[in-house]
Amino acid sequence: MFSKKFIYTLLVLFSVSLASCKKDSENTTPSGTGNISFEFDNVVGSSQLVLDSTMNTFTNSSGEKFSVTQFNYYISNIKLKKSDGTIYTVPQGSSYFLIMESNEESQMPEIHGVPAGDYKEITFTIGVDSLRSTMDISKRTGVLDPAYIAGHGMYWSWNQGYIFLKAEGMSPAAPEMMGHEFYYHIGGFGGYSSQTINNIRTITLPLPGEGATVRSNINPEVHILADVLKVFDGPKPLKIADNSMVMWSDVSLDISNNYKNMFTVHHVHNEP
Amino acid sequence: MFTTNLDQSVNWISFSKKGRPYGFLFFILSVLAVVPACNHEEADPSVPISFQNPSHFPDPVYKMDHNKVTQSGFELGRALFYETKLSKDNSISCGSCHQQSSAFTHHGHSVSHGIGDKLGTRNSPPVMNLAWSNAFMWDGGVFDLDFFSIAPITNPIEMGEEIKDVVEKLKKDPVYPPRFQKAFGSSEITSTKMFLALSQFMVMCISADSKYDQWKLGKGAVLSEEEKDGYRLVKEKCGGCHSGELFTDNKFHNNGIGQGRLVADEGREKITLSPLDNRKFKTPSLRNLKYTAPYMHDGRSFDLNAVITHYTSQVKESATLDSLLRTPSGTTGIELTPVEVDHILLFLNTLNDENFIRNYELSEFAVKK
Repeated sequence: MFSKKFIYTLLVLFSVSLASCKKDSENTTPSGTGNISFEFDNVVGSSQLVLDSTMNTFTNSSGEKFSVTQFNYYISNIKLKKSDGTIYTVPQGSSYFLIMESNEESQMPEIHGVPAGDYKEITFTIGVDSLRSTMDISKRTGVLDPAYIAGHGMYWSWNQGYIFLKAEGMSPAAPEMMGHEFYYHIGGFGGYSSQTINNIRTITLPLPGEGATVRSNINPEVHILADVLKVFDGPKPLKIADNSMVMWSDVSLDISNNYKNMFTVHHVHNEP
Repeated sequence: MFTTNLDQSVNWISFSKKGRPYGFLFFILSVLAVVPACNHEEADPSVPISFQNPSHFPDPVYKMDHNKVTQSGFELGRALFYETKLSKDNSISCGSCHQQSSAFTHHGHSVSHGIGDKLGTRNSPPVMNLAWSNAFMWDGGVFDLDFFSIAPITNPIEMGEEIKDVVEKLKKDPVYPPRFQKAFGSSEITSTKMFLALSQFMVMCISADSKYDQWKLGKGAVLSEEEKDGYRLVKEKCGGCHSGELFTDNKFHNNGIGQGRLVADEGREKITLSPLDNRKFKTPSLRNLKYTAPYMHDGRSFDLNAVITHYTSQVKESATLDSLLRTPSGTTGIELTPVEVDHILLFLNTLNDENFIRNYELSEFAVKK
């Protein structure tokens, strides 16, 4: 076999010879780092999600009309897989994001210093991993700071832990005595001293087309759709009429198993 | 950008991003400020308060090395513990429902009232020997002391305030930035520092100097024969739950008191969602009972006689009743003769720690305004 050094030399020569080409060849090993930005675009089926309390904006698969007043979720522990199978794990400290429909800036998280490469697949957690959920308070900064989170209602102080996904809205199917409101607050990292419900869900999605081609001069934008309908529609459909309020209960497991399928990568921009 | 960053230095960079022309100077000053603070002796010239593990106690559960108790951190925590700004209408402090004279419980209250006189559903437990616990609240819903205070501060029927608003109020109070500076080497007030300081105060609320402790440690106190018999009986009849030197196993049990008069309280089941935990509550310590009436999770027993009567003759059968409260003959409860009850009560009296409830350092009077 050829020595590694010989192969590298060949690669360098090869890439130099291609330097004038506009597009990097698959055989080059790009160097440097770039950024990847995301756009988490919350939709309802084929419509854009718009927050309102009209009760009849959207319809779930059970035929129930509803509207959404709040839609927030955590994305964390992002991993990116290159075409050669190697995986880049975003450093833990900068891999927690809270996406809130009411806050446009929150929907466009960015990760910095991603090694150049052609990324074909993304893996992330919906929620906050159990390790971070039990870590020292000094390690809970930014969107994990309980002070910040308690204000946004994404933390249970009485049952220490983060709310991973919060969907609230109104529906004629929700009881009148509850003001036709529905509440889904889904959390649970598995428990500290006793085993409790675990709603941590991790998903892997292909990055379509040529993937995300990170270069020092290319900062790809990954456009991800999150379909609110999938909160209701999945392995165990959620009927608002049956469960208009789900927080700390076993029904939450069905809901997280539904919404873990709500994400699709729509497209990736790789323009320099 | 809504991202977390563990690297503190990034916070300083963000100052310059906001367009402060002196951002870099600020950065340098802050670095200089941190350096002397690393040396606690310099920061605390007086005889410093520090955490001392009572020699007969187990090792603390609280991570002391992550949040070392210092004089200035303790003092800040004490000021915060007695600070009414922690509540929405500035009317209630932690000390309102955790009064030192009642071993940091709410004397005479089955349940406490929060802002606007709203009533809770559970009896205020003592802030006592918390360094040896990782299960807080009657149901153990909080497992890290540093996160505990978020619950009463934000609970609408307790202090009803948002943490970020507490932080803003503290920033505007001239006494606090210097205190945070002294305690943490930076006058910047954050919720994390606030919680760490509160923890420093709370872990110092140690009760280990009762007559029993002084006897146990050979510090001169003598237990009478009746008290010693009471000690034997407590170990034998109550020690299944009220175990060890803390007189609690910090675990959850259904002691058969049944549903209370207030609300259906499922106890530990609320947290684990397991029917096996139905109506289980955390074992309270037997220390300082003289000061902590009323008893039980909802404060339904006004005196110890009521508690003893419960255990001897009123234990209700249910699926999750603790097996220790079932007798071999198929009945429930603990069998005690009147003499045994007397001796147990005499022993329990030796667990009252006058020095704890009179410790000036733990009192509101020690807070310098």
